[in-house]
Amino acid sequence: MNFSLTPEAQAYRATVRRIIAEAVTPEAIDRMHSTGTFDVPELTQALAREGLLERAVPGRGGGDPIELWLLFSELEKAGAPYDGISVALMVAGVINAVGTEEQKERIIPTITSGQALVCMGYSEPDSGSDVAAATTRAVRDGDEWVIDGAKMWTTMAHEATWLILLTRTNTEVAKHRGLTMFILPMDTPGITVAPVHTMGTERTNATWYDGVRVGDDAVLGDVDGGWRTMTVALAFERGVMGGTNAGVPLLRHFRAWADEVGLLDDPTVRDHIARTAIDNQVAALLTMRAAWIAATGGLPGLEGSMVKVFATEAYQRAARAFQEAAGPEGLLQFHEPGAAADGFVDYDARHSPVTTIYGGTSEINRNNIAERHLGLPKARS
Amino acid sequence: MSAVGPGGAEGIDLSLDADQQAVAELFDGFFANECPVSVVRGAEPLGFDRALWDALGALGAPGMGSPEDQGGGGASLADLLVVAEAVGRAIAPVPLVDHLVATRLFPDEELISGELVGGVALQPAAADGTWRLVPTGAVADVVVGVDGDQVVAVRSEAPGSGPRNHADQPLADRSARAGERTVLGPATRFDEALDEWRTLTAAALVGIAERSLQMGVAYATERHQFGVPIGSFQAVQHLLADLPGLIDGARLLAHRAAWAATLPVDQRVVDVDDNEFTDPTVLASMAFLFAGEAAAAATDRSLHVHGGYGYAEEYDIQLYFRRARGWRLVAGPPAAERARLADLLLGPASTPSPAPAGAAR
Ligand SMILES: Cc1cc2nc3c(=O)[nH]c(=O)nc-3n(C[C@H](O)[C@H](O)[C@H](O)COP(=O)(O)OP(=O)(O)OC[C@H]3O[C@@H](n4cnc5c(N)ncnc54)[C@H](O)[C@@H]3O)c2cc1C
Repeated sequence: MNFSLTPEAQAYRATVRRIIAEAVTPEAIDRMHSTGTFDVPELTQALAREGLLERAVPGRGGGDPIELWLLFSELEKAGAPYDGISVALMVAGVINAVGTEEQKERIIPTITSGQALVCMGYSEPDSGSDVAAATTRAVRDGDEWVIDGAKMWTTMAHEATWLILLTRTNTEVAKHRGLTMFILPMDTPGITVAPVHTMGTERTNATWYDGVRVGDDAVLGDVDGGWRTMTVALAFERGVMGGTNAGVPLLRHFRAWADEVGLLDDPTVRDHIARTAIDNQVAALLTMRAAWIAATGGLPGLEGSMVKVFATEAYQRAARAFQEAAGPEGLLQFHEPGAAADGFVDYDARHSPVTTIYGGTSEINRNNIAERHLGLPKARS
Repeated sequence: MSAVGPGGAEGIDLSLDADQQAVAELFDGFFANECPVSVVRGAEPLGFDRALWDALGALGAPGMGSPEDQGGGGASLADLLVVAEAVGRAIAPVPLVDHLVATRLFPDEELISGELVGGVALQPAAADGTWRLVPTGAVADVVVGVDGDQVVAVRSEAPGSGPRNHADQPLADRSARAGERTVLGPATRFDEALDEWRTLTAAALVGIAERSLQMGVAYATERHQFGVPIGSFQAVQHLLADLPGLIDGARLLAHRAAWAATLPVDQRVVDVDDNEFTDPTVLASMAFLFAGEAAAAATDRSLHVHGGYGYAEEYDIQLYFRRARGWRLVAGPPAAERARLADLLLGPASTPSPAPAGAAR
């Protein structure tokens, strides 16, 4: 096996690192945690200016999976926000794969220029893991569609220009067959956004749709073909575009602090550090593998599930171990005097629980691996 | 392998090259024919089958990892990983990993041909010259290890038996002083051999884990309770679904360690803060530790999925369960290996017996 990056990939990574170092200042990270909006516009715009967003769109500007992986792992390792960028690039990739020419011209450039963010309306109050059970209705009325319903966890809805929305257009067929995806501007009349605050500083939203009217140009993919559009989207998301390196900044922050306060000689602390370093390296290698599979023409869905389950659970183990090792200082938040790792120990302990939930829970990913990778008989549910 | 991938193409390539695939098929086929599980059972409690060893000799396996100009096969560490994995899948009662490591350090003609069996002492000799519990001690004709500040190869008569043990391995104490002794150099020369041992043993443990998972999946598919295959119960599915990630992660780490060993010394990086490691010693330690965890988890879970039968001697999973522990713990407690890894990552602790966490502040 060969684990070397090509000189081009190394140069790409160096560019990404430079941009991150310039745009992601401690102030920007601080702002992101105090506002709950996990986006740094300076970063998105800098990436856009250097053409890296255009270049990263799957199936478009090369969309090289190795580059996508490098981009997101560098962002994650730096503790920079990447959710906004990953949703935007993923949606640009979906539009590129199933959208009309008109949609490609109208929407993609607003994303790749770093002006527009996209939010994702899949989950609903009563459907999360069972995402195909969505009940938000889109009904034909003349030349238009009228959308009514509610979505939950519409992260970035308060900042986004575009919304990608999963709706039900047919109630007479099996649940996967009656879905249609829309892409519409967030300022379309009839959309309401209310904040949902979380335990881990990040803000998300509940959104409501009340007689929202759009034309056919808002249909993304085929009418009643929304599940296929979803599948395309999920294939981009899993494994490569973030969510598998959170243990790296955690270890970096904790190690520096432990050194400062003289904890680095403690055998238990050293044991946790050794374990976390191994888990971080395994997570990186499994992520690299997903990227390599995608780069060689495969769809790393199952490998993405494997790395997501492993990396998020390892991150939780590490967050817990380090908080316990830090003692009371591990309870102190950002900016409190004496806070372990300037508050990151508290932050990671708060943030890590969500990582096994969003983007497909660990159970959903294990179901995937059990049935589609190991070939076990379908579970009765 | 060099920084240039198979076929000369540069960049990441996580597949086995064509030669390695052929080697994997050859050895898996060989063990399927020559080492059915009845051979494994027949070799207990000693854990060594002479006929199987001789058959491996006929294949040229004992000298595979030695230089061609010395009559060896010239295989790289990465190539040997593929062989070690096959040994693990078959839990073959032959000390091939230890022999390969010993022979690479001490390319003796009779070791290369396999006429003699080689082994490594994983801990330095005690003051009286005893190498305690050498993994192949009961059967090795030549043992390589550290005595004082030197690494030595000692040829002496193998006792042919040793203490009964958890994994039915040919463990025995050996002397670093009695016998025909060849000094190979300063003790530090043994470090690389130990890295190779850890990397190859990691691969053997990956083989154990992989086959154990397959056995668990097969059993969960056949066995019915409540009128359905037990593999359709989500609780059973999820026990097994964690394992492929662990197994693949361990395999990738072992291969990364072998790849790193081919890099120029000035390109070796240990950067915890950036999660960047290209140092073969660090990666060998990580691979050994992680593969050990993967093999322990895979055998625990697969055995559990077998229900009461998993505990019965008649079922094969118990053979794997015991070897997953034995092949690993001969090197010492995993916590001690993690402490060594921490030293490599952080530098040595400045106080030998520090105060408990929290008390320092
Ligand atoms: C901070 C945050 C941001 C998010 N951002 C977005 C976003 O931008 N857009 C969006 O559409 N969604 C978003 N989500 C929603 C996220 O995708 C869902 O939370 C997730 O899919 C789980 O759905 P749920 O919360 O409804 O939990 P449920 O589906 O109700 O699950 C509850 C529990 O039951 C388990 N469970 C469910 N089904 C099964 C099964 N078949 N087998 C075994 N166990 C099962 C789950 O694993 C979980 O532990 C976000 C969520 C959070 C918390």
